[in-house]
Amino acid sequence: MEFVSGYPDYMLESTDQVERTRDRRLDESIELMSLEERDEVLRRYHPDYKESGKRALRLGPNKGDSVPHEIADLIETHPLINPAEIDLIHLDFDLDILIIGGGGAGMTAALWANYSGVKPEDILIIQKLRMGDSNSVMSQGGIQIADKPYDSPVIHYLDALGGGHFTSNPELVRTLVLDAPTILRWHEKLGVEYDKEPNGDMITLPCGGSSKKRLHSARDYTGMEIIRNIKDEVINEELPFIEFTSAVELIMDDSDRVAGAVLYNMETQQYYVARAKATILATGGFGRLHIQGFQTTNHYGATADGIVLAYRVGARLRDMDSVQYHPTGAAYPEQIVGLLVTEKVRNLGAQPVNRYGEQFVNPLEPRDVEASAIIRECYEKGGGIETPTGMIGVWLDTPMIEIIRGEGTIEKSLPAMFRQNRRFGIDMRKSPILVFPTLHFQNGGVEMINDRTETTVKGLFAAGEVTGGTHGKNRLMGNSILDYSVYGRRAGIHAAEYTKKISVGRLTLNHVERYEAMLREAHVETDMRSPILLPEYRGERALSHSLDIL
Amino acid sequence: MVEKILTESKVNIYVMGKEYEVPSNLTIMKAMEYIGYRFVRGAGCRGGFCGACATVYRMKDEYRLRMALACQETVQNGMYLAQIPFTPANKAMYDVDKLEPSGNTLLIHYPEIARCLCCNTCTKACPQELEVMNIVQAALRGDFEEVAQLSFDCISCGLCAMRCPAEIVPYNVALLGRRVYGKYIMPKSREIEKAVKETKRGRYNGELKNLAEMGLDELKKMYEEREID
Repeated sequence: MEFVSGYPDYMLESTDQVERTRDRRLDESIELMSLEERDEVLRRYHPDYKESGKRALRLGPNKGDSVPHEIADLIETHPLINPAEIDLIHLDFDLDILIIGGGGAGMTAALWANYSGVKPEDILIIQKLRMGDSNSVMSQGGIQIADKPYDSPVIHYLDALGGGHFTSNPELVRTLVLDAPTILRWHEKLGVEYDKEPNGDMITLPCGGSSKKRLHSARDYTGMEIIRNIKDEVINEELPFIEFTSAVELIMDDSDRVAGAVLYNMETQQYYVARAKATILATGGFGRLHIQGFQTTNHYGATADGIVLAYRVGARLRDMDSVQYHPTGAAYPEQIVGLLVTEKVRNLGAQPVNRYGEQFVNPLEPRDVEASAIIRECYEKGGGIETPTGMIGVWLDTPMIEIIRGEGTIEKSLPAMFRQNRRFGIDMRKSPILVFPTLHFQNGGVEMINDRTETTVKGLFAAGEVTGGTHGKNRLMGNSILDYSVYGRRAGIHAAEYTKKISVGRLTLNHVERYEAMLREAHVETDMRSPILLPEYRGERALSHSLDIL
Repeated sequence: MVEKILTESKVNIYVMGKEYEVPSNLTIMKAMEYIGYRFVRGAGCRGGFCGACATVYRMKDEYRLRMALACQETVQNGMYLAQIPFTPANKAMYDVDKLEPSGNTLLIHYPEIARCLCCNTCTKACPQELEVMNIVQAALRGDFEEVAQLSFDCISCGLCAMRCPAEIVPYNVALLGRRVYGKYIMPKSREIEKAVKETKRGRYNGELKNLAEMGLDELKKMYEEREID
């Protein structure tokens, strides 16, 4: 098969049908599902409900809980390090706060720890890739904040709780919505260029699962715009960070508190020992595990390292059975399969339609419901269209945006999407784009037990996608930037507070040996080791002939 | 679903001079992985947002040096390519609260912008197809709005800085320009101020407390009956 610029002929026949029904569909809307209907489509089509995709954990604080095999495989696995080889006496870093992860949550935490009085030299951020390389930088659509006269945090609370099927920790949702305006004001003071009206008030859009227009964006580069501002602040404030270095094991002290981590320089392959009074886990999510074989929108480092590290010190997890599949990942062309097609495309008016150009779901259902309806359309109702490389997808009718909101809207409001498609010969102003659900977000994670971002283990704080509790079993669009901002900030503030009260005892890695004993007791037999740090994408031939010589 | 269905047709590419045959429908990044490279540097978001995979290449028998993001560009037959793992770039240090939105702020922090030769090499280097030279010229004039508008889609990949004969780092100049524009020139939202005040004075605490104490059935009913705009 030759690479085709734009769509092959047989797909163009279907886009013609989409075009023919467009005028009619402009006035046609499909009703939102009732709670019962949602339940039904989720149970039958959402990948989370596929029992064969999961198994019960055999050890640790969540023993018996059902989690995806890909997660169980990482948890029921040997540590990367042998404690006997690590010298805990000679410290490389002696800190107040160690922050593991340099994405949105980690950098926000560092800044707020500093604002709270912790000196830059007592903070260290370690980051596996470059500073800011994270899912945060890729979030396109925007952030939910109830700042409009027609809206209120109370409605935001109800939307978020219901969107998560009433499975979240209400305290965490409450703080999420109440801290939201403070975050927006902070961003504004940093210079983040949100889309604004001429009088300075924010332009807001509707978002899936929410009852009011509450989405604040910076074109479709919202995450990137926020991250480049806070990264610039981290540099200006001279907060220390080390790139291409990861945490491979947490360290504890003799009073069972987390007291730092063993770090690993991924370029020179040497380890460092960092002692810290407080450790903030901000390692992000797990998209690169490709749960159930799904493509992902996530960045290269999203490999669940934080889950593994936290579980080894006995931290409890929650909602790990729940994975967010974004309803609209790119399904064509092959080069960009799985990448995010921001929900903002639907917020601006594009409808998902089948191969015959007919709507089959309201464009603004909560994400899990929307994704399930698309899977149903493709795999049960036969309304999908197959690409030359075997992906099945439905159309997202982007030309509607220009009809509803005026010519030029796509280039102005969706420059990233426009550019990405144009690179492969597709003009989304004129043709629809093909989409299929893609693995997007880790709904659950290390349990945050209160809004001070504490976990079940003393000395270990957590913020952002690595945590569980805020979104229950489904996160609404626009609540992830908010989550890492609100709880990143709080992690910085509360970790700073905590460091004033404690002194670290003797460092130990005994928990690593205890973990090995648990693996033996549970009869786990494996050669695998974790955290994995990076996914494995090398070609089959290259891998099967690789020798470990140099 | 993750298994690549690789196309039959192949192209030959040269990674840092070594020739490999790869499927023709892969991006540069995926082609290098197919060959056996495992990235530590040079891969980030893999979606065109982070600028980690800046790549330079030259086509066989062509004089021109081309720039791309490895995650966003399809391989072509005869591509000689290398990645730029890091850009040693000058970044001015400043306290954003003490900046002034005055005409020479950018020039004070980045005096080298006055060395711009207007050669447009930066523009040709930009994988986002931004008008980089015009950004630098707007910076020189102190036109923050123009800098902000033209540079908004910049992903800081570093390629413009590596090509600039005047040793300007356009992406950091633009970052400062946007921050000044966003902080000092864009009008502030009064609605946000109001929302912050009202949440701080506890306006919503009572209602939220009621919701928190409500039984699940009642809460679900309220959710279903909420007004949707």
